[in-house]
Amino acid sequence: MNSMNDITDSPLGVYQKRKAVFPKQVDGPFRRFKWLVMAVTLTIYWVTPWIRWDRGPHAPDQAVLIDLANRRFFMFSIEIWPHEFYYVAGLLIMAGVGLFLVTSAVGRAWCGYACPQTVWTDLFQHVERFLDGDRNAQIRLDRAPWTASKVWKRMRKWAVWLLISFATGGAWIFYFADAPTLQHAFWTGQAPFVAYGTTFVLTMTTFILGGFMREQVCIYMCPWPRIQAAMTDEKSLIVTYKHWRGEPRSHGKKRAASDEAHFGDCIDCLQCVQVCPTGIDIREGPQIGCITCALCIDACDKVMDQIDRPRGLIDYATELDCEREMRGEAPVPAIRRLLRPRTLVYFGLWCAIGVAMLFALGTRARIDIAANADRNPEYVRLSDGSIRNAWLIKLRNMENRPREMTIALEGLPGARMWKESDTRESAARSITVEVPADQVLKEHIYVVAPAAGSAREDFAFTVQAGGDGGEKARDAESFVRPEESE
Amino acid sequence: MAEQKRIDQPTGTETVGHEWDGIEELNTPLPRWWLWTFYATIVFAIGYVVVYPALPGLTGATKGVFGWSSRGALAETMEAEGARKAPILSAIAVTPIEQLPAKPELMNAAVQGGAAAFRTHCVQCHGSGASGSKGYPNLNDDDWLWGGDLKTLEYTITHGIRNPDEAETRNSLMPAFGHDGILTAPQVQDTVSFVRVISGQEKQSASSRRGAALFEANCAVCHGPQGKGMREFGAPNLTDGIWLYGGDRETLTQTINNSRRGVMPAWRGHLSPTTIKMLAAYVHSRGGGEATPPPAPVETAQAEGGAAPAAAPAN
Ligand code: SF4
Ligand code: SF4
Repeated sequence: MNSMNDITDSPLGVYQKRKAVFPKQVDGPFRRFKWLVMAVTLTIYWVTPWIRWDRGPHAPDQAVLIDLANRRFFMFSIEIWPHEFYYVAGLLIMAGVGLFLVTSAVGRAWCGYACPQTVWTDLFQHVERFLDGDRNAQIRLDRAPWTASKVWKRMRKWAVWLLISFATGGAWIFYFADAPTLQHAFWTGQAPFVAYGTTFVLTMTTFILGGFMREQVCIYMCPWPRIQAAMTDEKSLIVTYKHWRGEPRSHGKKRAASDEAHFGDCIDCLQCVQVCPTGIDIREGPQIGCITCALCIDACDKVMDQIDRPRGLIDYATELDCEREMRGEAPVPAIRRLLRPRTLVYFGLWCAIGVAMLFALGTRARIDIAANADRNPEYVRLSDGSIRNAWLIKLRNMENRPREMTIALEGLPGARMWKESDTRESAARSITVEVPADQVLKEHIYVVAPAAGSAREDFAFTVQAGGDGGEKARDAESFVRPEESE
Repeated sequence: MAEQKRIDQPTGTETVGHEWDGIEELNTPLPRWWLWTFYATIVFAIGYVVVYPALPGLTGATKGVFGWSSRGALAETMEAEGARKAPILSAIAVTPIEQLPAKPELMNAAVQGGAAAFRTHCVQCHGSGASGSKGYPNLNDDDWLWGGDLKTLEYTITHGIRNPDEAETRNSLMPAFGHDGILTAPQVQDTVSFVRVISGQEKQSASSRRGAALFEANCAVCHGPQGKGMREFGAPNLTDGIWLYGGDRETLTQTINNSRRGVMPAWRGHLSPTTIKMLAAYVHSRGGGEATPPPAPVETAQAEGGAAPAAAPAN
């Protein structure tokens, strides 16, 4: 068993052992921005299911609800049916393009600020600092033997983590059912098993991923860094250590003893390394482990203030800017760095999809007809020689009130139809039915037409809600007759 | 192939001792997580054998500590399903079939149940789409030998057609005109011509004109003077385009020569009256179902006397 460790520790080892990361507390504009993003995202996550939205008597009054049982997605005044899933697809594409946009502009900013893994890891680290003290105290505690006091400290930290994880996993299920009802059912043990199961699984994943795996997720498990790294180019703003300004670095006596001018601005204080949540050294150049959280900028700027050097030894900068700066030219204003063809194209694409979806949402019909022809048998010859086909017709009423709908035949002269529950005596050119609020009504319909005509005659079912001027929809079909040879 | 075990310097791991062209294999131990997973599967397997029926014996397998078995589980599921369906089935059972359409919920359940029963008992002859085949009627069309309203369908399914073991079965006999020597071969041909004329397949001819007289003398009794059929005898309408056996000359000649006597089993005794009722509802829903004719006055009086108290509040 020991040889496992021998391999991982040996110089030829394939795997690097995880080095525990104890990021240090830091303050600065980026840190404060990170606080803000964290507060906003967590609030959105926890509060959203509790927002009410009155939709009338026939629909749920939860503002955002994924109603899996009835296969509906409610989002404020928008209601999405399963066949309208392209709206969700559109949102996902917008999210993707948005990510491209952000990444090509400011690197892995999504990773550094808004990614759930980052947000919860950050939250857990604050808990850790609050309970166990900052970096040094944590390292000491980590190395300390398992005394009663350490056990107690670990227990209390894990307990708080678990509590947060439970609140996280538990909040997820409220998106899928009426939150107040489910909450009550949950605590009284009457919620469906899937609610408890989901809560348990998400609690445990939050606990493990946020509490223990942390930067491992960002570096090894997550596919985004690979993709995002491909999205950045020499014009993207990324966190950069300006080595031409910082090197050669030195500190302490060595620096004091010699002529300051020999050295760069970096005093090798390692503040940038100690605050880094992924535990990397940005001074080694851009690397995949960097999630562009800019905390090292905050840390280094403080140091620069103390040693009276200009800020920005570590800075958000593009590769092109770095080259200019190395040549001694002035940097390009930030706005010019953001507005470039690539970001503009992404932004234009993003807007176009958004506008197209808004337009589609605004003009979409809340009525639909889908006819499904019987194929067994395809047609039936009736005793008067006429031919009968049958369809299963689905009428969708996507409004929150019951509506009368009239199905009619368009084309197919001489044809009449009747519902399965009626008989041929009631056959007519149109059928009126009432479709309940927010539901699909299925009707098996028989259509009879004269035998004379082509083997496949095109026609359409139309449906209209209410009287004249109501919403309309149609579905093109063909009427099948026996081939001449028969 | 040298068999020499040694410690590999860079990794510090023992080699397995084989060497091929200078390539050696490290004797890397199995990862711990893998071993533990393996042990866990063993523990799981033992637990499984204890909990579930597993080891075969002479008189059957071990029972498992909870006495669970897949047969038992199935029986339970079936029982639960039976209990779930019981109320609607008994409601169907007590409702006279002609009153089902007035209760859409019952009618719907009956059609669904009938469809299931149809798939088990009827598809062999009538086909999965109920469209029949030669000799087996298409149940989708509106051409009924014995009638297509709910009550008649229920009767037909209950008692069958020409069922030798059933006293009340639907029965009719068409003479084998050629075989029994009632008509001569040319006369049969003339009759065929006439039938093909009235069904719109041929033009009038000398033969068909001779056939008309023969038809009137021999066939009109059952098929009616115009050949439109008579349901009392299950005699098909000969003027429409629907043929049970075929409307071509050859088939018609055979039919008249030898007669046709299709048999359908009587389902009474095999299927419960409720199932038969549901089957009738399903067949009725296939598009050719006819409205139940208003009962004759005498029957009405009887029905009111017997079923009025139960039926009145329900309507
Ligand atoms: S914080 Fe700044 S000065 Fe300190 S080591 Fe990092 S780069 Fe150098
Ligand atoms: S190197 Fe700096 S920007 Fe990158 S992850 Fe570490 S602290 Fe954040």
